This record gives sequence, C-alpha cells and structure tokens, in this order.
Amino acid sequence: MEGLKYAVGDRTIVAEGAKLIPIYVMGKRYEVPETLTIMKALEYVGYRFIRGCGCRAGACGACVTVYRTAGDYRLKFGLACQTVIEPNMYLVQIPFVPANKAIYDINQLSPDIFTFEKLYPETFRCLACNTCTKACPMDIPVMDCIQSLIQGDIKKCAELSHPCIMCGMCSLRCPAEIQHPFVTLLARRLYGKYLTPKAKHLEKRIEQIKKGMFDWMLDELMEIPLEDLKERYTEREFEPEPYDPDWHPKDRRYLIIEED
Amino acid sequence: MGGYPEILQEALARVEETRPKRLEAAKKKKYYPKLLPSEYEDVLKKYHPDYRPEGRRVLKIGPNKGEELQVELVELLEGRPWIEPVDFSSRLRSPDYTTDVLVIGGGGAGSAAALLASENGSQVMLATKLRHGDANTIMAEGGIQAADLPYDSPYYHFLDTIGGGHFTNDKRLVRALVLDAPLVIKWLEDLGVMFDKEPDGTMKELFGGGLCRRRMHSSSDRTGAEIMRVLRDEVSNHKQVQILEFSPAVELLLDDEGMIGGAILYNLDVQEFLVVKAKAVILATGGYGRLHLHGFATTNHYGATGDGLVLAYRLGVPLKNLHYAQFHPTGAAFPEQCAGMLVTEKVRTLGAEPVNKDGNRFCHPLEPRDVESALIIRECIERGNGIITPTGRVGVWLDVPMIDLIWGEGTTAKALSSKYLQFKRYGIDISKQPILVFPTLHYQNGGLCINEWGETVVPGLFAAGEVSGGIHGDNRLMGNSLLDINVFGRRTGIRAAQFAKNRGEVKGLNLRHLERYLRELDKLGIKSNKKAPIILPDYRSPDKIKT
Ligand SMILES: Cc1cc2nc3c(=O)[nH]c(=O)nc-3n(C[C@H](O)[C@H](O)[C@H](O)COP(=O)(O)OP(=O)(O)OC[C@H]3O[C@@H](n4cnc5c(N)ncnc54)[C@H](O)[C@@H]3O)c2cc1C
Repeated sequence: MEGLKYAVGDRTIVAEGAKLIPIYVMGKRYEVPETLTIMKALEYVGYRFIRGCGCRAGACGACVTVYRTAGDYRLKFGLACQTVIEPNMYLVQIPFVPANKAIYDINQLSPDIFTFEKLYPETFRCLACNTCTKACPMDIPVMDCIQSLIQGDIKKCAELSHPCIMCGMCSLRCPAEIQHPFVTLLARRLYGKYLTPKAKHLEKRIEQIKKGMFDWMLDELMEIPLEDLKERYTEREFEPEPYDPDWHPKDRRYLIIEED
Repeated sequence: MGGYPEILQEALARVEETRPKRLEAAKKKKYYPKLLPSEYEDVLKKYHPDYRPEGRRVLKIGPNKGEELQVELVELLEGRPWIEPVDFSSRLRSPDYTTDVLVIGGGGAGSAAALLASENGSQVMLATKLRHGDANTIMAEGGIQAADLPYDSPYYHFLDTIGGGHFTNDKRLVRALVLDAPLVIKWLEDLGVMFDKEPDGTMKELFGGGLCRRRMHSSSDRTGAEIMRVLRDEVSNHKQVQILEFSPAVELLLDDEGMIGGAILYNLDVQEFLVVKAKAVILATGGYGRLHLHGFATTNHYGATGDGLVLAYRLGVPLKNLHYAQFHPTGAAFPEQCAGMLVTEKVRTLGAEPVNKDGNRFCHPLEPRDVESALIIRECIERGNGIITPTGRVGVWLDVPMIDLIWGEGTTAKALSSKYLQFKRYGIDISKQPILVFPTLHYQNGGLCINEWGETVVPGLFAAGEVSGGIHGDNRLMGNSLLDINVFGRRTGIRAAQFAKNRGEVKGLNLRHLERYLRELDKLGIKSNKKAPIILPDYRSPDKIKT
C-alpha cells in the first residue's frame, strides 16, 4: 500500500498544479483551487462548519447556498456539497429558513383540498410566477406541485415533490409567501396514508404474528446448535432472481400461506 | 463543464475498447467467476482493512480492555472529555432542564423513540447535534426489510440476518427485529410514508444481497429520506416533545443510586454547556463513519463521529461486534469532491461490473460486500492495476454504461435518478461513461450492548440504532438497519417511558463515573490530546488549523 494515497478521509487533496480561482464568501475574496465544491472550498479557506453542513451528499438540504456569478444579474441556488465553484462567484449560505409548520393529527385529517385551505391557506395565493421552480436546487417543478394541489390533485403534488430535501429556498423566494416544503410534505403524507390502497398482505402478516403463529419456528432457531443453524442457512431455498411470478417454493414448512 | 481530465482519457478509452466483448458475456449473465466461499478468508485477511493486523491497537481501559480495535476508535475511547468534573459540582444541583425522557440524537432511531416515549405518557426532550434529521437515516437509498409476503416468513428473515452476520449476532435481538418488522412497516404506512406499491396496494419488494426472498421495501431511491421526513414531521406534531438542535451531548450523568440521571449538552451556537436532568436517557447517536478508520473516506453524514460509544463506555457499558466495520465496495473516487460518496449496490445489481486500468474485469460484481471490497483493494494496491486520479487517489472503473446497453436507453437515468443527477453536476453522464470507485467506510456493524428492549447495563440508559451492537453481528445486510432503528427506536421509547414513570425523583446528579475513568486513564499513563466525543470533524486545510 506503500507510496499510494489510497484514501485520506474527507479533507480535500489538491491536485498538483491546480489553478487557483477567486471566489467571494460573503464579500471576502479567497483564492481556491478550481474544481472544488463550495463546501470544500469553504473548508479549504479555513471554515469549520457548525451550521450549513449536513449529509455532505446532496440528500439533506442543510447547505443550500445563494450566489451570483460574474456578469449575470440572476440569483442562483445550489447545494454547497454538490455545486462546483466558478471564478468570481459571490456566495452566502442560508442555514435556516423560518417557517410556520402547521401542527396536526394526521389521523384526523381528510385527504382533500379543504385540509390545505385550513392548514396552509396562503397556498391558494399562488401567482404561478414560477420563481419557486427556479430556486429549487433539486430541479423539482415546484410551481406545478402547488398548482396541481390547487386543482385538487394531491397525488400529482406528492409524486412530483418526492425528491424534495426541504431546504426552503422556494419558500424564501415566493412572493405569495407559500411554505412549499411543508405543504408538499403534507400532500405526500396524505397520499401515502389515505390515497393509496393499504398493503393487505401486511395486515395479514401482523395478525399471524400477533397470534404467535411463527413463534415455534423462531423457538427452533433460538435453540438448535450452531452447526444446525449453519446448515439451515446454507440449505435455505432461494427465490429466483429476477422476480418470477410463476415460482412457488418447494419447502413450505416455515411459511404460513392463508387463502383470502 | 467538468468531465474527465486529459490524464484519465487513455484509461477511459480502454474500458470502451473492451466493453463490447464484456457486454456480450454479461448479457448471457456471464461475469468474472465468483470466489468459492473457502477462498474468502485468504483474500479478506490480506486485503480487507479490518482483517489485516495493521491499524489496530489494544484498548487499555474499560469493559472491553484488552481488545484490539481500530486505532481511531481506541483514540476516541481513550480521549479527553469536554469538561472537568470539578467545574460542574455546583451546576449539577441546578439543572437547566428537567424532563422524563431525554433522547440524544435526532435521526431515525431517536425520532421513533421520541414518538413512542411521548405516546406512552412522557415529557420528552430530543437533543441533537445538527438539525433534526441531519443524519445517516436521511441518506439511505435502497430500502427496508420486512418479511410480509406470503412466500416469505420471519423464519427466513432470521436466517438471512444471522448468516449474513457470520452467526455472531445476538439471537434475542434478531428475533425482536424480524417479528417487529411488519409492524414497523405498517406503522410507517399509517404515518403516511409513500412506499412503492402495486396498484392494489401490494408492496413492490426487491431482492438484496444475502436475502433468499424478496423483502426490500422502498420509496424510490430515497427510502431513508422519505422515512426521515415523515418521522421528523410527526415529532414536530407532538407538543410534549421539545427539540433542541445544535446541542450535542458531551457527557452522561448518573444519580446517587447509580441510575442514569441525564446529560450535559453543549450548545454549539453560543458555546455553552447545558445540564439536563432526566429520568431515562435514550442514546441514538448513530454511527462513526467520520472517524475515517484506516484513513478511509466515508458515506456517512457530517455528525457521524461515534459520540454515543464513548459517552456510554465511560459509564461502563460494554461494546460488541466492533471488530469489523462495513466497507462499501463502491464509494466514488472521482471527482475529488465526491470522494467516499456512496454508489449504491443497485448499480451492480443492474449489470455494471468493475474493470481495471487495462479495461479488464477482475472480480464478480456481486461478491459479498467485504469480499468485493478486498478484491478491489487487491487490484489497486497489490497488482497496481488501479487508475490514479489527478489528486492521487486510486480506484477502478465501474462500467455503468453497461446498464443502458443491457436494459435499454434511459434505464440509468430512471432507476438511478439521484446518482445520475449527482454526476451530471460534474459533467459526467454515467449512462455513457464509467465512474471511478474505491471502497468507503459505510456502517458501524456493532456498538453498545443492549437487550431486546434496548436496555444497557446502566438502569435507565437505553440505546437504539447504529450506536448499538449485536443485531447485525459482524456484518449488516442492506435494509436491516432502516428496520432496526425503527424496531429498537420504538421499543426503547416504550420502555424508557415506563422506566421514567416507575422511578422516583432523580437525586444527586454526579459525574463520579467520569472521575473514575479519568483516574484510570491517569493510572495507565494514557495521555491523550484528543477530545472525545469528537462532535464535529475538522476538514480545514492543515495550515489553517489554529490550536
Ligand atoms: C449513504 C447511506 C446509505 C444507506 N442505505 C441504507 C439502506 O438502503 N437501507 C438500510 O437499511 N440502511 C442504510 N443505511 C444505514 C442506515 O441509514 C443507518 O444505519 C441508520 O439510518 C442509522 O440511524 P440512526 O438513527 O441510528 O442514526 P442517524 O440517522 O445517523 O442519527 C443519529 C443522529 O444523532 C446525532 N448525533 C450524533 N452525535 C450526537 C451527540 N453527541 N449528541 C446529540 N446528537 C448526536 C446525529 O447528528 C444524527 O442526527 C445507509 C447509510 C448511509 C450513510
């Protein structure tokens, strides 16, 4: 392994001869090696994150950053851990977005538009300006989510908003002051809970477990000697891959199959 | 913008050269032959970072004294605390907060625990290091296991789990895991988690490494994010749960009977310590990827520094199954800014194979995780057949374009949409270009000893989730940890609420365990200059770090 750096944690290794480019962090100029992400550039110049850093892999929405690039009047939005720096980028992180999340008991809600009218009435002030969509670092068509909801299509809102990381940029930019991350989250929860059919096989399995129907099998596994356990493991029957609807297991001793 | 630089072009061309032939074989399901199970040990011993003797040290203190563990872990356990006990003698008499149940860690396990503790009548405080939900849970992509299809049963789930763990699991924990699994899925379904389903409501369930039946439930390729969003929302709906963000625990407290008494937190924003008195404490601080064992990069979130391990160890809670960490065979090695990031197993399940710098295959794409990792390391290090990146990292190609060529154009963009988007941001179209990968530190297989209710040896101290050990033995199967955090999060929530209800007042908060631990360190001549818990990693350029 000698001589080869085969990994050095997360601290950035700067390639030899890498070109330095200027960026402006909250107005201050720094020279950093090109190709870094905003997050690694900030660490390179000496920041140690407390806020503004979460999963470091584009999944949590903690590190959302607002920036402008040279010669462009538009505000841009990106995740610091995912966005590569550009020369003369002016940037600031937005570590927190104030929001008034509605408090509710999900079991008491009905999955319709009136629920949204009651909990998030401002949603219906949407101007359809599309500013939210432009602010989304995940490329979600945010305005379409809100518009489909207004038209009563909770399913469409839920499905379109599924990649949401709840960073809140849409909400900060919205002239109607809609709280998109929480509105779409509610849509997804209502859809998941009320508007998709329940998994019946799941309910049945829980009943079987509650009746203790699997207990004897597990007792067996708890008690048999290690050698027997190993043997059962190696000899267990495999369902074929890829999925084959015509497959039926030969060994049914440890299955509980009830007809409907 | 981005893409592969000049110096990688030559190696890239070789992959393309050999692709047609490899593809033809792959279409017939012919890959590089699998190793025989009898050959595993040799490869693991020589090349797996945790089977090699290097990078280990004997732990000199505490219940696991004498065990050889990874240096980084030993340094954590033997590190200096954030506080001096004497500074707190008067403060402990007037706590800043008092609660029934204190949950430490706001990932999936902590959130599930907080919900159940609150539903069982407790006042709950949830203290977490970053924001609520900034956690490994939100990063999980693949899925969550539960044996709920007619041709599956908890019996097979048990066998898969214990075999996958090389028979080192605690059977009582496995039993709880597999029997609670369907209950957990139903709980999540009822909370409004959007599972992938057939039109009639049947769960779409997939295979996973080491499973003999389809058992993997998912929500697109963001299963963890979906679960975390819903749990977080639900916790916020519970008014009896008070949430303290950016307030990690730095020490635990006992009462004068040796039961748990609470914790000392550190408010990161204003840099001040807070004393919390609690009748029961649930540790749900997650894993330790950010310890970078053996120098490896990691898939874990920023706060995954193994804090819970050292907090409880100072109280005398034993550790188990920490000898082997789980290294995921395919972490990104290029571009530099992605180093360590998870490239899900699904890429290989869909047909992509690893190839070396000459464009040749050298191992089966779906060996067990530890074996696959070892084989990639061997190819790079011993055989010198890796590809060196511009920053001096090494990796092998993962030939992703094979997926579209096997399954049709557009498959990659659809089935791997998150990864596709991520690499696209760096100018790499993974449906047309391979990516460079190298093993990455992924999962803390073991941790604190618990029983099937998440109880530790300290009365009133519970642990749930990645911080605990024994459920997965020495090796966790994919989909079992999203499950375990819910099963044991819920169980500890219920038990902690009961414990809090039944115990009397917490009297005489103290740090005697820490005083004892410090004396012991002194006696052993262990002088560490490292703070433990670590709380936040430090990735500043070395010349920028002031002491
Ligand atoms: C990239 C990735 C993909 C994965 N994919 C899958 C998968 O497909 N299926 C599967 O089953 N598993 C998967 N896993 C594993 C699984 O996600 C985790 O093991 C699991 O979510 C851990 O949950 P947890 O609640 O125990 O810890 P976490 O979710 O990590 O939560 C721990 C929380 O505690 C906080 N914390 C840490 N220290 C302190 C402290 N001192 N004080 C207060 N708070 C603290 C942390 O910041 C964090 O919020 C994956 C993991 C990763 C990283």
